[in-house]
Amino acid sequence: MSVRVIARLDIKGPNLVKGIHLEGLRVLGKPERFARAYYAEGADELLYMDGVASLYGRNSLLEMIRRTSQEIFIPLTVGGGLRTLEDIREALRAGADKVSLNTAAVRNPQLIQEAARRFGSSTIVVSIEAIRKGDGSYEAYTDNGRERTGLDAFQWAVRAAELGAGEILVTSIDREGTGRGFDLELTRRIAESVSIPVIACGGAGKVEHVSEGVNEGRADAVCLASILHYGLIGSLMEHGDFSSEGNVEFLRSGRGFSRIHGVPLPKIKEHLIKSDIPCRLTSRGEVIHA
Amino acid sequence: MRKPSVAIVDYGMGNLFSVKNACEQVGMEACVTSDAREIRQADAVILPGVGAFGKAMETLRQLGLVDLLKEVADSGQGKPFVGICLGMQLLMTKSFEFGEHEGLGLVEGVVQSLQVSVQGGLKLKVPQIGWNAISLPTRGHWEDSPLDGLTGGEQMYFVHSFYVTPMGKDTGVDLSKTSYGPLQFCSSLRKGNIVAFQFHPERSGPDGLRIYRNLAQWIQSDTMFNEQRVLNA
Repeated sequence: MSVRVIARLDIKGPNLVKGIHLEGLRVLGKPERFARAYYAEGADELLYMDGVASLYGRNSLLEMIRRTSQEIFIPLTVGGGLRTLEDIREALRAGADKVSLNTAAVRNPQLIQEAARRFGSSTIVVSIEAIRKGDGSYEAYTDNGRERTGLDAFQWAVRAAELGAGEILVTSIDREGTGRGFDLELTRRIAESVSIPVIACGGAGKVEHVSEGVNEGRADAVCLASILHYGLIGSLMEHGDFSSEGNVEFLRSGRGFSRIHGVPLPKIKEHLIKSDIPCRLTSRGEVIHA
Repeated sequence: MRKPSVAIVDYGMGNLFSVKNACEQVGMEACVTSDAREIRQADAVILPGVGAFGKAMETLRQLGLVDLLKEVADSGQGKPFVGICLGMQLLMTKSFEFGEHEGLGLVEGVVQSLQVSVQGGLKLKVPQIGWNAISLPTRGHWEDSPLDGLTGGEQMYFVHSFYVTPMGKDTGVDLSKTSYGPLQFCSSLRKGNIVAFQFHPERSGPDGLRIYRNLAQWIQSDTMFNEQRVLNA
């Protein structure tokens, strides 16, 4: 069984954005363009996360899901602002394969059970965004790390799995966007306390972090954003192919993200293979129509 | 030449739209439907699905589709009939998912749970969610099958907690095998006009799309063959 490399695209309105600790978002470009490139490079899955979903944003997100699922033939998970069974149904009908729930699940844990019964456990990902406390415990947060829940991250993970979640997406808010590596303790303790797959998210800034997440964090999948985005932007700018899009001035200046040097996806998989971590390599010779 | 038409059976379960997108990508005309007439008229039928077996059979019964699907898959014309994921499991005689349920019985066999087995001190995660390799069964080949052009070892996207074991008169319909921990299970099968996949070819990247292209070619030639037969009759 391969370890999955999931490309995470944070969406705001029509744009791909990236911040640090889930805040201070910068526009990087058009999500579809990144999605297509990651598909072609062998991403195993895509995650669209709309952290600031508004009513307007909702429709534009559904449209984006529709377009993406028509041209990209790997699983697509969608999260952000999904509150009800009807919201989930809409996302699935637009072409999402799975949905990720955080705030709504914390407010009403029964939603996990109802959604799992109706759409199948494997369709429901519960996203846990956690902050490490001074005493070494971890608390789950909602609303992009702005709202405390009082829930212990590990207890919440166990409960979510019992209620029928098919996977747990674990994001360390402390590490998110920093390039300092996954919070390995958080990931490992969650992976060891549930029998469903666990996805490590938040902090990967170099290839070694990715293998650490699997070997030490015991993650079944890794979710990557900055490291991939800056890798792709780098190669697009090299080819003078990025002038009409994105926050180019900011990207050229390289301000604020000096810690993260992008790495193209195939290089990351190469590193995993070298580290004896099984992962999927796309077959050669087959043209990907993206 | 007319595009081959495919009815994707809509019984409220699963990723119908991924299946539709993949069909269209390889040049088929796909409609998502639970209408008996549309299902009968289509050149081929795809039974997709994600979710629970018992609930799925119940819904198919409520929609009056059980006999229709059996008829379409079993008919003398042998219309191409494709089961995907839960749709593969529904083809079996019975399932042991939360009790015991009767399936469509188009393939003799059972549906069982991926046991939570112990391997190297680590529990296997169930559901299996992710990419895993398919390989040729001991005897068999993929030429002129939906897996034509693949060589074995290709990774496909799986999402499931249960798996099928064909038996009795249908022992040996396996088209591919896949290992999960210590378990080796049937990950695709072919029996006459019926083919089925435990994985999701529509979410398995370029290798998965190749399977859809093979299906399109098969459906196209089968349709032409049948039309020819009608003309000659």
